Amino acid sequence: MKAVLSNRLLWPILVLVALLIATRLQAPTFFDIRVVRGNLFGSLINIARNTAPTLLVGLGMTLVIATRGIDLSVGAVAAMAGAAATMFLQGTNEPNRIVNVLLAVGIGLGLALLAGAWNGFLVTVLGIQPIIATLVLMTAGRGLAQLITDEQIITVHSQPYKLIGGGYWLGLPFSIILACAIFVLTALLTRRTALGVLLESVGVNPEASRLAGVRSRSITWTVYIICAIFAGLAGLMITSNATAADPNGTGLFLEIDAILAVVIGGTSLAGGRFSLGGTLVGAFIIQTMTTMILTLGIAPEITLVYKAAIVAVVCLIQSQEARALVRRLVFQRPDKVTSDPPAAVDREDEVVVAAVDATELVSVASDVTGEP
Amino acid sequence: MSASGTVIDAQPSRLRLGSERRHWARYLPVTATGVLLLVAIAIGAALYDRFLTGQVLANVLITNSHLIVLAVGMTFVILTGGIDLSVGAVVALSAMIASKLLASGWTAPTAIPVVLLTGSVLGLLVGLMIHYFKIQPFIASLAAMFLARGLCYVISIESIPIRDPFYVTMSRYRIKIFPDTTVTPAVFIALAVVAIGFVVLHTTRFGRTVYAIGGGESSASLMGLPVPRAKIGVYVVSGFCASLASLLYTFNAVQSGNPLHAIGMELDAIAAVAIGGTLLSGGYGFVIGSLLGVLVLGTISSLVKFNGTLNSGWTRITTGLLVLVFIVMQRLLTLGRRHEG
Repeated sequence: MKAVLSNRLLWPILVLVALLIATRLQAPTFFDIRVVRGNLFGSLINIARNTAPTLLVGLGMTLVIATRGIDLSVGAVAAMAGAAATMFLQGTNEPNRIVNVLLAVGIGLGLALLAGAWNGFLVTVLGIQPIIATLVLMTAGRGLAQLITDEQIITVHSQPYKLIGGGYWLGLPFSIILACAIFVLTALLTRRTALGVLLESVGVNPEASRLAGVRSRSITWTVYIICAIFAGLAGLMITSNATAADPNGTGLFLEIDAILAVVIGGTSLAGGRFSLGGTLVGAFIIQTMTTMILTLGIAPEITLVYKAAIVAVVCLIQSQEARALVRRLVFQRPDKVTSDPPAAVDREDEVVVAAVDATELVSVASDVTGEP
Repeated sequence: MSASGTVIDAQPSRLRLGSERRHWARYLPVTATGVLLLVAIAIGAALYDRFLTGQVLANVLITNSHLIVLAVGMTFVILTGGIDLSVGAVVALSAMIASKLLASGWTAPTAIPVVLLTGSVLGLLVGLMIHYFKIQPFIASLAAMFLARGLCYVISIESIPIRDPFYVTMSRYRIKIFPDTTVTPAVFIALAVVAIGFVVLHTTRFGRTVYAIGGGESSASLMGLPVPRAKIGVYVVSGFCASLASLLYTFNAVQSGNPLHAIGMELDAIAAVAIGGTLLSGGYGFVIGSLLGVLVLGTISSLVKFNGTLNSGWTRITTGLLVLVFIVMQRLLTLGRRHEG
């Protein structure tokens, strides 16, 4: 029981399940999945497909944030990569040839790699704060994308290219298969080798880890490159699904969704520890929320208000000061606990961390689960 | 100059060690911005016959008056080592509230105070979150950005035109400053905000505290300065400036409230502050620099427009590159300081 309660993924998963059930209650067809010509269709499949870019960028962002950095340029990098790949395809005579599509993908990802190397250079060699260093490319990158497409929205008609973001493979959207494969690979690389621990040590104290023999500079640099490549791939997915590249629109606010996914997943922005599983759940929460609002017929733009609320609540839960405040309120007026859901969340967390009292734990657990 | 006196008050240990050379180095970034502005204007004058006229230069001021106000507010925040990403969304929200109130029969004198209050209250919330709950400024202001942008859509999904006589007068009224050169009242409001910002930063207790927080928050606290008030205050200032900027924005450019207004404007404001020579990690910088930074960006964008065939992507690329140049310059200057301190 304690192991379940103290799991960092518990709350994000509960939120995701609650969101799905709430939507199902309002829209009875929400869980329906149809099979058309061997491919799966339905709201859940759409959520999975649309989550893929956010998930990818979120993965890269998690690694960057683990080193106590941040990458604001992912949206612009996605726009650049998407623009370059579609421009190349539009320029060729045979956009349906596999070789040309592979070349286009290579060009897009190559450009993203350069962008990541640039960010890494600014952060590690010049020692500029990450938020400022990546701001440069966030501004200039969209300008570069405009240069690439000559300020046009580029449409692309290529079946193999369409596969990346909008196509199906083994009955499932190819994009989510790809994103999940990359997720598994990243998780194996960071958690089954020492890489994850090294990343966290750089995040806790770059100077101390350097003195301990960790190559903190090359690790940080690599992380920015990986993040940019993931962002580039996300850009390819977005342009492929939309069959168009818009230098101003592709990946707009992508950085914000990615950071949100990371934060909801429980990775602290202060660096030093990260949870890839949390980011996976976080990315799904964001997309489910968007789809839910569309399904319920609310104006989609209002999603932003809910995102604001979620960011605020999640940050407050992570904040020591807010926890202390809530704990004071809770211990002074214990009868208020049940009427105040965020207080219950905080209190549960505190109790587990502090391991105050076994009976406390049981009573809180019954508050949460509704069991005696 | 009063400016140097301010910092001596705030950071005695650093400057007592300082030599004449470093004293001069404090003004290097802002001087570089001034030179850059002159160079940009000179390039314009060399390339285009009609560029070096009073009206073209006045138009740079007119079309960027809202950005000047935003940059002043952002300077306060950045001087404390914070950042405010919500300003673009607050501009949009303020414009939405103004247009909605005016459309439902309010008059300008009653609607404008409400609008100015909106940004200040949002700024206060951000400041409280940052100071009392120790949430990073980036995230707290991001939440405010979502909230403000979302509230725009709650008010209306479509654009609401503003037809209030006061707004129309403000947009059409021209003041002659030189023969053949006229400006709008918004320009005077913007310049007044710069002047007020300068006076507040360099002559008041609040201003000194702002610089001191940027220099080192714990040492500012230990010196007995009112850190909480100033740290929250800068976000109120920034929010207020965003609302005021939205007024100028609606006067000048758009005359409507639209949820899509001012997307990415926070980036322009941050870039202007950075190009204006303010250290983005806080503690060093001047509002005058931010004014010059806005004018540099404005001149470059009017250069690109004068050309007509040039891809507008170049405006963004030069902006990014200039930000980079100034950051690297700051980096070199502070590196020298850190080794001595």
